[in-house]
Amino acid sequence: VPCSAVTLCHGETLCVGEENWVDSRTVYIGHKEPPPGAEAYIPQRYPDNRIVSSKYTFWNFIPKNLFEQFRRIANFYFLVIFLVQLIIDTPTSPVTSGLPLFFVITVTAIKQGYEDWLRHKADCSINECPVDVVQQGKVVRTQSHKLRVGDIVMVREDEIFPCDLIFLSSSRYDGICYVTTTSLDGESSHKTYYAVPDTMAFRTEQEVDSLHATIECEQPQPDLYKFVGRINIYKDKEEPISRTLGAENLLLRGATLKNTQHIYAVAVYTGMETKMALNYQSKSQKRSAVEKSMNAFLIVYLCILISKAVINTVLKYAWQWSPDRDEPWYNHRTEIERQRHVVIRAFTDFLAFMVLFNYIIPVSMYVTVEMQKFLGSYFITWDEEMFDEELGQGAQVNTSDLNEELGQVEYVFTDKTGTLTENNMEFIECCVDGNVYIPHAICNGQILSAASSIDMIDSSPGGYRRDLFFRALCLCHTVQVKEEETVDGIKRGIHQGRPTSFYISSSPDEVALVEGMKRLGYTYLRLKDSYMEILNKDDEIERFELLHVLNFDSVRRRMSVIVKSSSGEYLLFCKGADSSIFPRVVSGKVEQVRARVEQNAVEGLRTLCVAYRRLSQSEYQEACHHLTEAKLALQDREQRLAQAYDIIERDFVLLGATAVEDRLQEKAADTIESLHKAGIKVWVLTGDKMETAAATCYASKLFRHSTQILELTKKRTEEQSLHDILFELNRTVLRQRSISGLSVDCLDFGLIIDGATLSAILKSNQEGTSHGNYREIFLEICRNCSAVLCCRMAPLQKAQIVKLIKASKEHPITLAVGDGANDVSMILEAHVGIGIMGKEGRQAARNSDYAIPKFKHLKKMLLVHGHYYYIRIAELVQYFFYKNVCFIFPQFLYQFFCGFSQQPLYDTAYLTLYNISFTSLPILLYSLVEQHVTMESLKREPSLYRDIAKNSLLRWPVFLYWTCLGVFDAFIFFFGAYFLFDNTTFTSNGQMFGNWTFGTLVFTVLVFTVTLKLALDTHHWTWINHFVIWGSLLFYVIFSLLWGGIIWPFLNYQRMYYVFMQMLSSGPAWLSIILLITVSLLPDVIKKVLCRAICPTATERAQVLFCASNCASILPPVPYRGAVHHLHAFPVLQQNEFLIGPERQERSRKRR
Amino acid sequence: MMASSYNAKEEDGHHPGSSNHGGTGPSSSKKPDNTAFKQQRLPAWQPILTAGTVLPAFFIIGLIFIPIGIGLYVTSNNIKEFEIDYTGVEPDSPCYICAQNFSWNSTTPCICTVNFTLQQPFENNVYMYYGLSNFYQNHRRYVKSRDDKQLNGDLNNLEDPSSDCEPYRKIGGKAVAPCGAIANSLFNDTLDLSYVESNGTLNSIDLQRKGIAWWTDKHVKFKNPAGSNLSVAFQNTVMPVNWRNPVYNLDPSDPDNNGFINEDFIVWMRTAALPTFRKLYRIIPKKSGAASTLPSGSYRLKIAYNYPVLSFDGRKRMILSTISWMGGKNPFLGIAYITVGSICFFLGIVLLIINHKYGNRSSSADIPN
Repeated sequence: VPCSAVTLCHGETLCVGEENWVDSRTVYIGHKEPPPGAEAYIPQRYPDNRIVSSKYTFWNFIPKNLFEQFRRIANFYFLVIFLVQLIIDTPTSPVTSGLPLFFVITVTAIKQGYEDWLRHKADCSINECPVDVVQQGKVVRTQSHKLRVGDIVMVREDEIFPCDLIFLSSSRYDGICYVTTTSLDGESSHKTYYAVPDTMAFRTEQEVDSLHATIECEQPQPDLYKFVGRINIYKDKEEPISRTLGAENLLLRGATLKNTQHIYAVAVYTGMETKMALNYQSKSQKRSAVEKSMNAFLIVYLCILISKAVINTVLKYAWQWSPDRDEPWYNHRTEIERQRHVVIRAFTDFLAFMVLFNYIIPVSMYVTVEMQKFLGSYFITWDEEMFDEELGQGAQVNTSDLNEELGQVEYVFTDKTGTLTENNMEFIECCVDGNVYIPHAICNGQILSAASSIDMIDSSPGGYRRDLFFRALCLCHTVQVKEEETVDGIKRGIHQGRPTSFYISSSPDEVALVEGMKRLGYTYLRLKDSYMEILNKDDEIERFELLHVLNFDSVRRRMSVIVKSSSGEYLLFCKGADSSIFPRVVSGKVEQVRARVEQNAVEGLRTLCVAYRRLSQSEYQEACHHLTEAKLALQDREQRLAQAYDIIERDFVLLGATAVEDRLQEKAADTIESLHKAGIKVWVLTGDKMETAAATCYASKLFRHSTQILELTKKRTEEQSLHDILFELNRTVLRQRSISGLSVDCLDFGLIIDGATLSAILKSNQEGTSHGNYREIFLEICRNCSAVLCCRMAPLQKAQIVKLIKASKEHPITLAVGDGANDVSMILEAHVGIGIMGKEGRQAARNSDYAIPKFKHLKKMLLVHGHYYYIRIAELVQYFFYKNVCFIFPQFLYQFFCGFSQQPLYDTAYLTLYNISFTSLPILLYSLVEQHVTMESLKREPSLYRDIAKNSLLRWPVFLYWTCLGVFDAFIFFFGAYFLFDNTTFTSNGQMFGNWTFGTLVFTVLVFTVTLKLALDTHHWTWINHFVIWGSLLFYVIFSLLWGGIIWPFLNYQRMYYVFMQMLSSGPAWLSIILLITVSLLPDVIKKVLCRAICPTATERAQVLFCASNCASILPPVPYRGAVHHLHAFPVLQQNEFLIGPERQERSRKRR
Repeated sequence: MMASSYNAKEEDGHHPGSSNHGGTGPSSSKKPDNTAFKQQRLPAWQPILTAGTVLPAFFIIGLIFIPIGIGLYVTSNNIKEFEIDYTGVEPDSPCYICAQNFSWNSTTPCICTVNFTLQQPFENNVYMYYGLSNFYQNHRRYVKSRDDKQLNGDLNNLEDPSSDCEPYRKIGGKAVAPCGAIANSLFNDTLDLSYVESNGTLNSIDLQRKGIAWWTDKHVKFKNPAGSNLSVAFQNTVMPVNWRNPVYNLDPSDPDNNGFINEDFIVWMRTAALPTFRKLYRIIPKKSGAASTLPSGSYRLKIAYNYPVLSFDGRKRMILSTISWMGGKNPFLGIAYITVGSICFFLGIVLLIINHKYGNRSSSADIPN
């Protein structure tokens, strides 16, 4: 912040940093003109407070939407083809491409129009929200969009600021207010904002309205944490007082007022100029790997298309060089055509060939892919197994563009708290002087042998210390009590028999501790008139005067309170992380407590140490002095406060430690294990401390007992240089790899890295490469670790890690899963972002691509849904290209036999309907319901996921195979028909067939082959598949009979009249259709069978295995020993798993 | 980074001034239906293509295809076919003079005769074809150049044919009937066949003109314009430029075979698929008493040579062929069936070996983990 809040500066001189203002604006508070002479009154026009997120209006919808749609390269291509067909004399009618294009454009326009209408509605409801504005000394309620810059606004508790405001005064006497900016930057903690010192005394509307001042500030900037401005306050005939304004005076739109009854503030940025609106950014369009391959294939096909057209054009002109071929006596051109220049004719011919072959890039593929994604995503929403009874919600799909990407994940980045763990803090135990206390102790001697479970009534030695410990926990916190009210944020309800009251706090640990104390007999009642009231175990109310709160911060990692007991003692209670308490302890049973803390930390409990210090009157005065001095400091307030805290918080007497459990999510370990087996690397990114996080990792089987842990933490970098550590670790990893070589029992590595070290590694890269590229070495180490734990991560660092991995040279597909607002950045950064509908609000779920209720659902999401979606869409894409090669290549071949005259082989109706109806539904349904392996097998054998890793079904060799298959089939179709037609008749009455029968024969074989090819690929024949596949073939036959059965009055030509029936009346036609279909399908069948027999993939084995168990009638029960063995491996592993996991869970289950 | 962490959606649940938080309430919580379709648990048949399942199929295909192929091949071989090229390219061929002296303007047809000998007698119905080579009936400009409405007897199109017929649409302001390039280039050679008796007398063979076109074409697709008299119906039109007789006088012998429903015309109007093609010209019906329709011996083909093909290196042929249930002589289908059947059988054996060899091996290998 360039200007401190209280720096005074005069009107004429510039404030610090003022010279850097981009451009300034003057805001007249309450729209009052400044006194004459002070400065010129320049009324300025600002936008109103209207938020517009909609894209279209009623009037510009059609042109703008059409423009947007035709900006897509595919749509534009089809439009060009359509226009070419309209302009030049082309072999096919414009209807063949115009109709599908029109359909696609209309459907998309309707969808986008509907979405925009929803956006209009949302905008409307936001813009019409009631807002309280101070006008003529009265609070007037208006609508949000009517707010103007300069209006004075009153905001009540829990309301969201309607625009960017300069904070004038608060209902609190100290002129501060608390704000959460969860919806802005994801930080759920309360932040303090300060009122302008000169106006903070205003209490009423009248007073605020009497303010006569102007604000000069920079024009709106998107940076949330930066604001510079100046307020000039005019008092009667005095020199105006100027004060600088900083970011701490600016309340941002979107933030929520907390713990403050109401505030008055003046609007400085409104509507689309607010910092939030400037940061409006539609989610960057994520594109899946499949889509990228699809586009690459498209380009290949476009090249094929153009080269086909060029080849044919060149050949045409070479062939018709002699005029007898160009214009034989029986086939003259028209006069107009003859006069055309040869270059124009050649170009027209080129375009005509393009049009003839354009179906090789089918418009319907885009429609089918979109439909498949959209409809397919419903299976996620419908999945009962991903429905959570407790939340009452199932999985949620925010974008269907990435369905198949779920099957391609290589790295999973998961948050710990709330994702791996439940974020449901439960007080487990406390340890006072080495004695362990457990609320509601259900003594189980076997498990808690180490803990001496003491009943509360038992007055053991050290009772005073024990009571002091309980009192300390009841007093040393910032928990607030809310009664009988629905509270937002974190909800912790306790039924006491009387009206419900909740403890609320920004830290769930504190709530757990206070609740734990309540169960141990000490109930914190309330804070009233700066007296904290405690109901002790004898049902007496104890009152302590709260003198000072030394707030928690993440650097000190502790907090303290100074209270005065009823007996007049001054006490300082402090609680904090063990590492920040122990060095300051002078007496107490440090060793016992430390041992207990360490033991708890290893078990994955969150531990806090509690200490106290008795202050004498003089000591208290001194502390008071330090604190007030620091608080009143004009500069470096933060730093001075820290110094003051450091002086006060020392010479502690250790009381004991607490342990709070954040239970593991249900089946978290199983999920992680499955992901590991699926070849996915799991990284845990957490802001938590290393010990706790590591324990969670052990419990969730991310680390096993056999895992060799590599540490890359601040503790180590203090001893050794980062350079040395990195190289040493790299050597370890590489050595291990070279020793183990290809052996299966490779020792796996786990890496632990903390935020500080990570930023050092990332920073090293920018500073130059004097020490080599740390980033590369780090990535190399990570690549060899099966699991990585990153602790002490800031939200932004999480995103950085994701970015780092994304940018590494293999470009792996990443998935981020998290529940809190602090995970949003990483969710947005990763290829696939998954939000857990957790307790920390819904930011993550809202910003994610998919939202699931629990972490365990990730397993089904990736291993089952992801796998299915991937194989479905991969087949869809390949098959679409294949069937269009089969479709168009015979037309290409036909050009060699019709003098390169662009004569289409098929009738217009066939050309139009081939992709739209004859072959569209089977592949769409296949891509919706195909299950090449059963769901159970996929869940049971996560390793099947590896079969599809790295986009394996859409690699170039596979694509080449499909294309070659298509070309082969096309050759078979065409030359099969060619030799059948070769200069003979094949009817029993001697009559001849013409070119349309030839085309119809090829087309019939084509439709049947292409459909049966899909039937061969279908592994999951539900009645829908049967219906659609046989239905399409039947539809083709019926359509052909109908199309050729009637003289259609609306058609100019009757070329298809009885062609199909005549063909069917011929025996050899039937025989050749059967033969050609068989031959076309043969190579694919052989390839499938040989691949399966010689080098079966895991998926194929799983199919056989399933078949062996379920359909023994088809296959003899082949003893596929390997797979059977693998299935048995799981229970064996369970016995060997790390002991802490189940034991921990066992214990917690018993406690509950 | 932070900047992108919120979007328009953010405000949906959070309106300034309202304290309604927490997004969607329990009202929207709907447990998904437990239907087989929604849970993707529809009962399904799950076939897999293994060597074991495909093996029998291959053997069966082999066993079915080979006999079919042999049957087809034998049938095709039993068909008798005789073909003679009468283009007149070589100087010693009988039609050389006619071919060389061709003129569009000549009013009297150039007649040439070709003698040939049938070694074997032709039984049953014998079909007589004319064949053309290097004639691109499938050229796009040519295929398009017709007006099906006119040919269907539409009176409007009769006098105002479709523009597709250009440049054979109108002559001197009068509509051409039938219009278009296809009709204009109607094959107009006349072929007459006679048997040369051993004593040298010519025995003219009766050639049947009916039944050479598709029944549906003759009766539905092609219709003469309404009118009591054909010549009256066509009075406002002119005949195509290359024709010698108007459309209503194509077959002087049979008044029902004139106009658009002339069978020779209909046959010609069905454009061939490939540049070398044959078209049915006449049918020589089986004689009730005789042993064979065309006994072996000498024959004479008398040709009225009207149709020029030399300009585009074309060839003209006359073909006599008997017909079986599978049509004319075409060994392709039989050979193809035998080949495919054998390949399938052979593949079946290969698969059997592979199945034996790898079936055991793959079962012992572990799934790579």
